[in-house]
Amino acid sequence: MDLTIGPIAFFWPAKRVRAFYRMIAATPVRRVVIGEWVCSKRLPFWQQEIPGAVAHLLAAGKEVALSSLALITLARERKLTEELFAAGLPVEIADLGALRHLPEGTAFQVGPMVNVYNEGTLEWLARKGATRICLPPELPLASVATLVRAGRGAGVAIEVWGHGRVPLAISGRCYHARLHDRAKDSCQFVCEQDPDGREVQTLDGDGFLAVNGVQVLGQAHTTVAGQVAELTAIGTGALRLSPQIGDFAAIVAFYDRITQNPTGKAEALARLRELMPGAGFADGFLAAAPGLRRAG
Amino acid sequence: MTRFRRPSAPSRLPLPPLAAQAAGFALTRLLRRIARRKPAILSRLGPHGGARFLIDLRDSPLLLLMEPGARRITAHPRRAVPRHDAAIRGRLPAFLAMLHGVEDGDALFFSGELEIAGDTSAVLALRNALDDAELDLTEELAAIPGRPFDGWLRRASGFAARQSGLALSRQEAMR
Amino acid sequence: MMELVCPAGTPAALRAAVDAGAHAVYCGFADETNARNFPGLNFSRPELAEGIAYAAARGVRVLVAINTFPRAGDQAIWHRAVADAHAAGAHAVILADLGLIAHAAEAHPGLRLHLSVQAAAANPDAINLYAEAFGIRRVVLPRVLTVDEIAATNREIEVETEVFVFGGLCVMAEGRCSLSSWATGLSPNMNGVCSPASHVAYAEVGGHNEARLGGLLIHRTPKGAPVPYPTLCKGCFTAPATPSGPAQTGHLFEDPVSLDATELIPKLQKAGVTALKIEGRQRSRAYVAQVVRAFRAAVEAADAGAPMPAGLLAKLTEGQAATTGAYAKTWR
Repeated sequence: MDLTIGPIAFFWPAKRVRAFYRMIAATPVRRVVIGEWVCSKRLPFWQQEIPGAVAHLLAAGKEVALSSLALITLARERKLTEELFAAGLPVEIADLGALRHLPEGTAFQVGPMVNVYNEGTLEWLARKGATRICLPPELPLASVATLVRAGRGAGVAIEVWGHGRVPLAISGRCYHARLHDRAKDSCQFVCEQDPDGREVQTLDGDGFLAVNGVQVLGQAHTTVAGQVAELTAIGTGALRLSPQIGDFAAIVAFYDRITQNPTGKAEALARLRELMPGAGFADGFLAAAPGLRRAG
Repeated sequence: MTRFRRPSAPSRLPLPPLAAQAAGFALTRLLRRIARRKPAILSRLGPHGGARFLIDLRDSPLLLLMEPGARRITAHPRRAVPRHDAAIRGRLPAFLAMLHGVEDGDALFFSGELEIAGDTSAVLALRNALDDAELDLTEELAAIPGRPFDGWLRRASGFAARQSGLALSRQEAMR
Repeated sequence: MMELVCPAGTPAALRAAVDAGAHAVYCGFADETNARNFPGLNFSRPELAEGIAYAAARGVRVLVAINTFPRAGDQAIWHRAVADAHAAGAHAVILADLGLIAHAAEAHPGLRLHLSVQAAAANPDAINLYAEAFGIRRVVLPRVLTVDEIAATNREIEVETEVFVFGGLCVMAEGRCSLSSWATGLSPNMNGVCSPASHVAYAEVGGHNEARLGGLLIHRTPKGAPVPYPTLCKGCFTAPATPSGPAQTGHLFEDPVSLDATELIPKLQKAGVTALKIEGRQRSRAYVAQVVRAFRAAVEAADAGAPMPAGLLAKLTEGQAATTGAYAKTWR
């Protein structure tokens, strides 16, 4: 089982993006998916960083793929998607519409916002050229195991959401803008102020969700730190780690260590808590429990 | 179109002139008859057929406990609330409006005309099963041998005439 | 005339919709194969056959929604649902899952396929992909597009479009939302339920009515005031203060509103929309009859170029605000 760094979900300034990928290049991850997958309005502010980051990551021996947007509605967004396939790098589709721009016979990857719930869908995508699929985070382990087996027959590697705030929903509406009584078109890029998303609590004060522009994430950080043994046993190909602020290099090193040398569940979670003091951790989805179930 | 409105003046529907036990027997006979004629109600209830529903008519001195799986309704004094899985509380017009498909159950629940507590799934299953059954309480009551509800029906009809919105029959006009 | 596609959660509701003037009725089997897998709702195989016969005798089409995502290892349950709907004489099946659509296109070449809103095909590329690969005949558009975007989409696709005009409103892109499984373990995609009743608890606490979902407090109202059903995206939450702004408490995602696009029907017709869909398979036969009758009058008026009958549905949205949702750009 190796590690993939997913695309950055948040609106980070170009400088932070640059520093992030320089740091990633020096970590032991196998591959990196890069690109704007949440909101096309953000892209002009950081897209100039992409070529440099890609070059740097390739030079460091990483596999690199470009992500499409997760919700493509505008003509401009469709054009952006078409251009992705011309860049000469593998593309990770995050909206099925992206497939229509796929040049015949080109291999591609599938991100966690595409609904791959069963063998039938996996096999159809494999026939179209899919070689790697990151499964929807809500899938339980039994489904993952079945899909890993189906993937083996179809030449598709299966990736599982390993660490980070899980994507739970995407909308036509911008919730960050709504929090400021603004519409999406006049958002003034307020999401940039919350580089890890804006937390949402229940009326009881329990941590619940995080708002990230048009996207809704889980508030607790989902982690499979306590489930690495099961995922390894069923033959999972990779864990996806989702970029966040803080000492991400240490997080990557942690997952690299536990995937190479699985440790006890309690010990792994204790170490993760040291790396992210004050954070909440959840691991329910894989266990067919509520996703926000506290890890441990 | 008949619209259900909350009666403005305080009002109390005359109850059947029976002791709790007798009321229970009579209602059980009614339920058995309905279950026999409309078996789809029980199949729709599915896993919730065994649930015990407390029917709390706000103006009634008695609480009713309905156990569809056992085909039984029992009446209980308010001081001795029986064990139950779900409770539906409200005034008789709201119950009858739901039973006869005059008013949408969602609308009754969300407007507060009917309050629910306990197993929400069981209440929804019951509501959906009853809605599908297209019951007509007047028809069902009148068809019970011995017609034990006749006197009550007559008085309730008079009551209904005074209280616009008390639905004692299925509303064909709704179609 | 635009086609009116109406909901039926029970055989009684199906008959009510047919009698009230529906052109088509959609329904599902009483299991996890459809996205309204609610207690006491939906159709057995014999009930579906009877419903189709009742509708057919009155010139009304029945569409069967099989619009959840088959569980890995258990696809046969969903395959059987498609086969049974086909055998029962359904006019079309409404599907969301890519693999299930591929199966239906291959195993049931004569069966008309509609793309469910749960497939979230929000752009002409996605719609054309399904049309070219599987011969999809109609797409139910996700509730993320404005009327202008719908018109633009229709110019680029061959298949018919169907849009929601009334009822409950998803604020997230449908079929791409796991809020419910995050809180309860059960989701629309996997289990056909959202914010399921099995995880709902109402209680009176300290002079307040509370509604909880999976133990999480979603609504609190003063005693005596109605407490809404705890649907997650219409719940009441708090966003603590951050660098981006002060703390806020309220309906952070959507107010407890329902969709009413009556006034937009002429514009939707002009935008090339084939069919109008009413949400509400979980609503009673009384509700279905009222809404269907009102919308039949509205589509007839639109067809005659007459103004939309005003106030037809005021009663049904009474006490609850209505919105035109994503059809107006400002909603975003």
